[in-house]
Amino acid sequence: MSGWFSRQRSLLDFAVSSLARRKGKTLGLLAVYGLIVFVLASAMLFSHALRHEAKQVLAGTPEVLVQRLIAGRHDLIPDTHLAAIRAIRGVKSAQGRLWGYLFDPAAAANYTLMVPPADAPAAGQAVIGAGVAAVRDAAIGDVMSFRAHDGALVSFTIQAIIEPESALVSADLFLVAEADYRRLFGIPDGRFTDIVVTVRNPREVRTVAEKIDAALPDTRIILRDEIRRTYESVFDWREGMVLLLLSGAVLAFFIFAWEKASGLSAEERREIGILKAVGWETADVIALKSLEGLVVSLAAFLLGYLLAWLHVFQWGAPLFEPVLKGWSVLYPDFRLTPHVDELQVATLFFFTVFPYTLANVVPIWRAATVDPDQVMR
Amino acid sequence: MIRLSQVKKAFNQGRHNEFWALRGVDLHLELGGVTVFRGPSGSGKTTLLTMVGCLARPSSGRISLGGRDISALPERFLTDIRRSTFGFVFQSFNLLKGITALENVMIPAYPLGGDHGALKRRALALLERLEMADKAQSLAEWLSGGEAQRVAIARALINDPQVVIADEPTANLDSERSAQFLDIVAGLKRDGKTVLMTSHDPLVAEAPVVDRVVGLRDGLIDGGG
Repeated sequence: MSGWFSRQRSLLDFAVSSLARRKGKTLGLLAVYGLIVFVLASAMLFSHALRHEAKQVLAGTPEVLVQRLIAGRHDLIPDTHLAAIRAIRGVKSAQGRLWGYLFDPAAAANYTLMVPPADAPAAGQAVIGAGVAAVRDAAIGDVMSFRAHDGALVSFTIQAIIEPESALVSADLFLVAEADYRRLFGIPDGRFTDIVVTVRNPREVRTVAEKIDAALPDTRIILRDEIRRTYESVFDWREGMVLLLLSGAVLAFFIFAWEKASGLSAEERREIGILKAVGWETADVIALKSLEGLVVSLAAFLLGYLLAWLHVFQWGAPLFEPVLKGWSVLYPDFRLTPHVDELQVATLFFFTVFPYTLANVVPIWRAATVDPDQVMR
Repeated sequence: MIRLSQVKKAFNQGRHNEFWALRGVDLHLELGGVTVFRGPSGSGKTTLLTMVGCLARPSSGRISLGGRDISALPERFLTDIRRSTFGFVFQSFNLLKGITALENVMIPAYPLGGDHGALKRRALALLERLEMADKAQSLAEWLSGGEAQRVAIARALINDPQVVIADEPTANLDSERSAQFLDIVAGLKRDGKTVLMTSHDPLVAEAPVVDRVVGLRDGLIDGGG
């Protein structure tokens, strides 16, 4: 066994020194290869981390959401529906929510206006997300004014700014008191945007939803699982789009790698002849060249992946942000939680390292089977 | 003991440019001593040494080494014999460029998987014996003809072979370097090695260290051998 290790060590030493002899070719290959891994891994890491983040966020959202529909459009829901829902067996609680979107012409951005279920700001005050504070250059104590539904001016004093840690969900938030919300949009008492329902037994969510649907035919029921699936398909679609666009680059790389790896120079052929003449077997030559390929591809993979990690989790993925995060004026400024999917790493590894190593070995195998007496001529 | 019976070797067999380099060689070589194969260009000297050194197989005929027929062995076994029994010094030395003299010497031993440190010490000892220790870390392309040949000899000896095969060893050397090479051959002979050389250099064929000269012409042994 120690003989096997010594042999591998000697071959590896020689492989590294062979690569060092062809510095230009090796470094060029390493740069292009590393770049491809970097781009692919960035797209994968970023969309995966976003999906992971969305899943975490959704874990805290209500299990069932009830909205009223009129002529297929979302309408305000009356509080009589609240009582009807609470009366259904299996319902733990039901609460009306007040939220909506407010366009701010000064920033040309949309805010999500909301009345928090607990700890709502006092009337005339607001708690804002980090994104809102950034576009309006607002600080605590500043006053922000908006036109209400009837044209009257409604002013808010900034009471607090939400910490940027939760920016993915809070960047565009504008939290106000219930009275201010109703005044701004002209929504009468006893009407809500929608109703959130919690269920006693999580396994009965679907049954409870069916009961609500039967009791209140003018409503639509949205389940958390359905939202999660929608999010996933949106991120899958975006990641797919990016990967599809990148596939051209990947193909170009494989052609480049094949050409580089398979184009044995006369000098390399001569070297293979010398190695065979001094006692190397065909298998030894193939092992050496495979190790050379493995060293290049492994180094490029690690380098590309490390850069992608830094790009996504340290620098905020500036290259993919606009495509993968969404289309908005208020980009949430947040740092993703580093999260890596082992299967994804293995897939990327297989599709980048394996083809290159193979591309390296096939032509070498052809050259290595040549009779060693060529060097005597 | 190496025995060749009716060894023939054809190149491009069956094609319009078919060429018979050896036409039926019978030869008996005892181990130990120095043998020179002498003859004009195209006489088959180098082809004969490639057959003996297991670098190629004959088209027909038999070659036996120590009583074992090696003429029809598969490549793997031939490589094994070549690695353990023969060391080669090529006419143009064939050192690998871009790596040091020391690494060049170590190359034939890499696939054997011995202790790396011991291998390095052995390679350095060989270079020292050939007065090349100070050039151990020099890149192959920086060496002069004589130095490159001594590195090639050290490389040929790294696996401690019984037989050293040298193809036209003095073709690229001046008279002084040729004499130095023959001194090295005398040392190998003293160590009990068998040295087989091809040469049409009279300085080599007539050197006192040479025990036997085998003449070749048109792929046949010339004058009894």
